[in-house]
Amino acid sequence: MKLCFTAQGATLESPTEDRFGRAPYFIIVESEDGSFDAIRNPYADGGGGVGPKAAQVLIANNVKALVSGQVGGNAKEVLAAAGIAMYTFRAGGTVKDALDQFTKNTLARSG
Amino acid sequence: MKLAVASGKGGTGKSMIAANLAFTLSRTEPVSFVDCDVEEPNLHLFFPGQGTPRDVTVPVPVIDDSLCDRCGKCGDFCQYGAITVLPNRVLFFAELCHSCGGCTLVCPKKAIREEQKRIGTVSLSLPLPFLDLFTGTLDTGSPHAVPVIREAKKQAAAGDSIMIIDTAPGTSCPVVEALEGCDACILVTESTPFGLHDLQLAADVTARLGIPAGIVINRSDGNDEEILRFCTDHDLDVMMTIPFSREIAAIQSRGDLLCRARPEWQKDFMGLWVKCRALAGAGP
Repeated sequence: MKLCFTAQGATLESPTEDRFGRAPYFIIVESEDGSFDAIRNPYADGGGGVGPKAAQVLIANNVKALVSGQVGGNAKEVLAAAGIAMYTFRAGGTVKDALDQFTKNTLARSG
Repeated sequence: MKLAVASGKGGTGKSMIAANLAFTLSRTEPVSFVDCDVEEPNLHLFFPGQGTPRDVTVPVPVIDDSLCDRCGKCGDFCQYGAITVLPNRVLFFAELCHSCGGCTLVCPKKAIREEQKRIGTVSLSLPLPFLDLFTGTLDTGSPHAVPVIREAKKQAAAGDSIMIIDTAPGTSCPVVEALEGCDACILVTESTPFGLHDLQLAADVTARLGIPAGIVINRSDGNDEEILRFCTDHDLDVMMTIPFSREIAAIQSRGDLLCRARPEWQKDFMGLWVKCRALAGAGP
């Protein structure tokens, strides 16, 4: 299953990013084997409506769960309609830290 | 002649300058006075009267589910994120839509038609014999001021009267839309650091739009050196200076006009008008 983490950089050691639509990178982790892909978010500096656009990136990559700090209303609606589960991670730390917590099932579900 | 009154900083006295200028001019010539501060129009406070409002609408897409095969072309095309196509349904966010009509053009199934959606009104009132007041009002919760401003200007331009346009504060899209096509612009500022800072931004906008601008310093405390230096450096004429005065503030706060309560000011505002005409003549 594919998980997406919003991040400030392109590796598992990068700090997480609290914002969803304007996150610089989406780190997509395959939960089966821990392999990952980093996708540069093309809407990070977009003018407006970036939430639904960024959500479409996740849909196109067949992501099933998102871990981010804060997801806006429009993006939330798109992600929910697409059946993507949303989890909140705002503790600060790296993508790896967030992944650990997700695996331990200690993150709160936000949608 | 189309003259805009803008400021950069809010609360410098844009509407006060515009209202007194329109009042003074309308004693000798027909004036179309346009309130383009559509998020908070206030000129009707100086010129009370019953207006006739007309709806301003914009087209928004309506998707026919029976024709749509979820190909996703509309969602890919939309630069504003207003349409998201999922495998089993299409989501539309009306407040993100800019009414460009692109989705209807790219749909291969012709499954998208447009419907008019109301976003505000333009109201015409006739408070004085030679003064037509056009008030643009954006509906609460509606995010796009620009179409309301465009419609208010269009209606006001129907005659060949002098047009005076009161813009919103700031330098964003609503201000640019209000300034577009104007022959000259008065930039109203005040003798504070904020007044100067935002004047610099506003002057940059008028320069980029190629609209000749002149300055009015309002509520001057007599220490205007920094503004004067900026104006000299940027070749901007200070066309009028109004002192900081309790009496003027009192006239203003009871909803009266300086030029009505103290008619001797009409001469000063006629002088301002003559300078604005000269500005427009000197423009490109």
